[in-house]
Amino acid sequence: MAGFIIFLLVLLVFVIIYQIGKSSELASIIRGEEYVKLKTNRTIASLFVIFFILGIYGIWKCNEYFKGMMLPIAACKTGERYDSMFMVTLAVTGVVFFATQAVLFWFAFKYQSSEKRKSSYFFSHSNSLEVIWTTIPAIAMTILVAIGLRNWFEVTAPAPANAMVVEIVGKQFNWLVRYPGKDNELGVRDFRKINDANNVLGLDWSDPHNADDIISATGEMHLVVNRPVKLLIGSRDVIHDVGLPHFRLKMDAVPGISSTLSFTPTITTTEMKTKTGNPDFVYEIACDQLCGSGHYSMRGTIIVETQEEYDAWMAKQPTYYSNNKPTEVKPVAGISTEKTEPKATEKAMIN
Amino acid sequence: MNNAAITLDGSHLSHPAITNEHHAEEHHAHEHHEQHFVWKYIFSQDHKMISKQFIITGIIWAIIGALFSVFFRLQLGFPDTSFPIMEKMLGEWAKGGKLTPEFYYALVTMHGTILVFFVLTAGLSGTFANLLIPLQIGARDMASPFMNMLSYWFFFLSSIFMLVSLFVETGPASGGWTTYPPLSALKEASKGAGLGMDLWLISMALFVVSSLLGGLNYISTVLNMRTKGMTMTRMPLTVWALLFTAVLGVLSFPVLFSGFVLLIFDRNFGTSFYLSEIFIGGKALSHIGGSAILYQHLFWFLGHPEVYIIMLPGMGMASEILSINSRKPIFGYFAMIISLVGITFLAFVVWAHHMFVTGMSPFLGSVFVLLTLCIAVPSAVKVFNWLTTLWRGNIRYNVQMCFAIGFVSLFISGGLTGIFLGNSALDIHLHDTYFVIAHFHIVMGVSGIFGMFAGIYHWFPKMFGRFLNSTLGYIHFFVTIIGAYLIFWPMHYEGIAGMPRRYYDISSWQSFKQFQPINGFISIVSIIVFAVQLLFVFNFFFSIFRGRKMTTKNPWGATTLEWTTDIHPIHGNWEGDIPEVHRWPYDYKDDGQGGDFIPQTVPLRPGEENHK
Repeated sequence: MAGFIIFLLVLLVFVIIYQIGKSSELASIIRGEEYVKLKTNRTIASLFVIFFILGIYGIWKCNEYFKGMMLPIAACKTGERYDSMFMVTLAVTGVVFFATQAVLFWFAFKYQSSEKRKSSYFFSHSNSLEVIWTTIPAIAMTILVAIGLRNWFEVTAPAPANAMVVEIVGKQFNWLVRYPGKDNELGVRDFRKINDANNVLGLDWSDPHNADDIISATGEMHLVVNRPVKLLIGSRDVIHDVGLPHFRLKMDAVPGISSTLSFTPTITTTEMKTKTGNPDFVYEIACDQLCGSGHYSMRGTIIVETQEEYDAWMAKQPTYYSNNKPTEVKPVAGISTEKTEPKATEKAMIN
Repeated sequence: MNNAAITLDGSHLSHPAITNEHHAEEHHAHEHHEQHFVWKYIFSQDHKMISKQFIITGIIWAIIGALFSVFFRLQLGFPDTSFPIMEKMLGEWAKGGKLTPEFYYALVTMHGTILVFFVLTAGLSGTFANLLIPLQIGARDMASPFMNMLSYWFFFLSSIFMLVSLFVETGPASGGWTTYPPLSALKEASKGAGLGMDLWLISMALFVVSSLLGGLNYISTVLNMRTKGMTMTRMPLTVWALLFTAVLGVLSFPVLFSGFVLLIFDRNFGTSFYLSEIFIGGKALSHIGGSAILYQHLFWFLGHPEVYIIMLPGMGMASEILSINSRKPIFGYFAMIISLVGITFLAFVVWAHHMFVTGMSPFLGSVFVLLTLCIAVPSAVKVFNWLTTLWRGNIRYNVQMCFAIGFVSLFISGGLTGIFLGNSALDIHLHDTYFVIAHFHIVMGVSGIFGMFAGIYHWFPKMFGRFLNSTLGYIHFFVTIIGAYLIFWPMHYEGIAGMPRRYYDISSWQSFKQFQPINGFISIVSIIVFAVQLLFVFNFFFSIFRGRKMTTKNPWGATTLEWTTDIHPIHGNWEGDIPEVHRWPYDYKDDGQGGDFIPQTVPLRPGEENHK
């Protein structure tokens, strides 16, 4: 009932505004249409200029507002390239933006019909103008494409041979990270062998490379600063996307297809904490492709650390095999000691 | 009846069937034969009535789609607040006044689907292609009025299916308006992938049928049914734009249709076109060998032309309205046509720029970068021509002129951010962030709808014989353009900071949670803008019955043919003969009698040269 009354009230307000508008239009006819037309013209044209000026002021205010909220400096080489290319593109488009908007609103004001301006200049085409404003954008685009493709081929170039390989697999709704272990080689996996209890990635235990692989289900990835890394990206169920805003990178995780992303982190998490002045700073992995109701919570993190820190951390990680004792294969003796600790953290993270 | 003969670039072809039909039609009109309500208003074959059906259906959908955006904006802006009104309207889906994540995604999906397809495709080109093509080229109706009627009714049927999907137990589709499989293919993946998704696919398949019936009709009408003297290069830019819109739709919608058929098969008949190596719901599926990326190719082969299907009518109408109200010929008529051709052609070869980060070959990506940035050139040409049309004009302001100028402003703002996204090396960071949201809402959403509003304010008198209230119109315009910039400008920053789109809640993210206050601000503005759209809807319906009456045939001083018809044109458009065309549509010049325009129907004066 209350809703209905509100609806009626709103309708009433609309009718009143409408009638005021209508009567002012009728009054205008009585007062002389020509006079009112010129007055409307003046008002609207001035409003356009005010809109433009306030708009520019708003853009400036908006810049001020967002200043402290943006991403810190890029944490990898290609990311730095990205940032500089972004600024170049911003400069080019920014100039065009201000020039064309200013011209638009200036013309809208200047060439309004008024007592002085009774007719227009019936000028309908000029081929040389068309040529000029076809060529200039074409040149600008060529430059931007050239910069873009240079960066694009750099960022998509195959990883160097010494790159460490880490696999990241998306599932609804968290990330699984797999390291190749001591043999430095990831074993074969098969989606038909996946089992949420003790084989989250479907590792094929008949492949010896799998025996020393390490899987983290906490969504936490450890990387070494200044060491190239090649991410092997996959998905168990639907399409996800490994979004790495701090590295200015992104790549889809598609079931049945393996994609890759390679980069070299240049700033450790600790350094970044001091650089940003934020003790809670953390590199985040954001899922960037709608993957279901928990999409927004599909968060992973990256710890970039020195080689020593990484080695110390790695030494503490149990192999996935030792942790899960697959039933179909006999357990290998002597590697099932550290079992409880990572399990506990895993649980904590999932909760 | 020789005036009803049809000219194709000067060569006279007579169509006896059409001639006879119109002959009969005229007799009806002369005898004041009253059509039954059902044939006049419901199953009408009159293109003008069909255009009204399209716009009213479009408006209803626009209200629903925009209301959905208000709901999910409330969640985004105030994730910790409960809104009892939402529970009242959405029931289970907003228990305790707070949206569930499932329904949040369903709302986002439906908002996109409704606005892109039902409002800005059917509501926009359905309305204006129907209204303007026959009227502006001097035809009595479409090439096939019956197919035209079917086009609307397929759209209606499609609307019914979509509407029903809102009420099913598992909710409407929730995989985003692009409905990428496997998320949309597997019932285990989300609630919305259940019955709601099937209804979505049926609805969209019917929509494609509607769009094809309409599009084929528009193309054949433009090519075959122009009146005597109406050569292709004497057509108003609206007709050119609507022609290319139809071409885009006819060539790309079938590909989308095939994509949907394959998805229906994958969902229901056990095929594996899009599915491979999936473990979901606790078990491994038997599908192997499909490619989820295949769907994206099929989808974006329409999906990209689709944004031009939305933009071109607005471009055409803005060109027309800017020229009329600047009292000046459109600048660079031929350049405008050539740039439309360029955009139409390029629209087909850039689709994969939506897929730079799917893992496709970097070389292929580079080709699409090149082609994508090419589109900036014809777009820039259009902008410069619009600006020069204003230059040294004698600008007369009315609401449609405001919207046309707003259209240009938004098209510039949104178009420029496309230069970032089309460059794969920048897209690799900006992809699927709020930057994308800001970009396409400004350039396609708001700019497209500004074109539509301009058209509505301009041609409303032709449709209903009355004017929209312009005071309400100015309020509508200024609040909407200010609101649109306030809503979408800040989103660019969020996107540059990497904030992903389609996040229900950002509070757990170290990198993005600082944007919560600005999200609240955006939500408040969007509610105000929504309220002002209701004001427009009110204006629209109230003015149909109570608006100021049109007293002259040509209130805007336009040159084109639709303003030579009666205030309430009959079915068949012109009583008596169809006018003959003698000059191009932008003959704004001194007519020698103190006027500043010469209608297309006025023969060339002695010594006067044809526009070349």
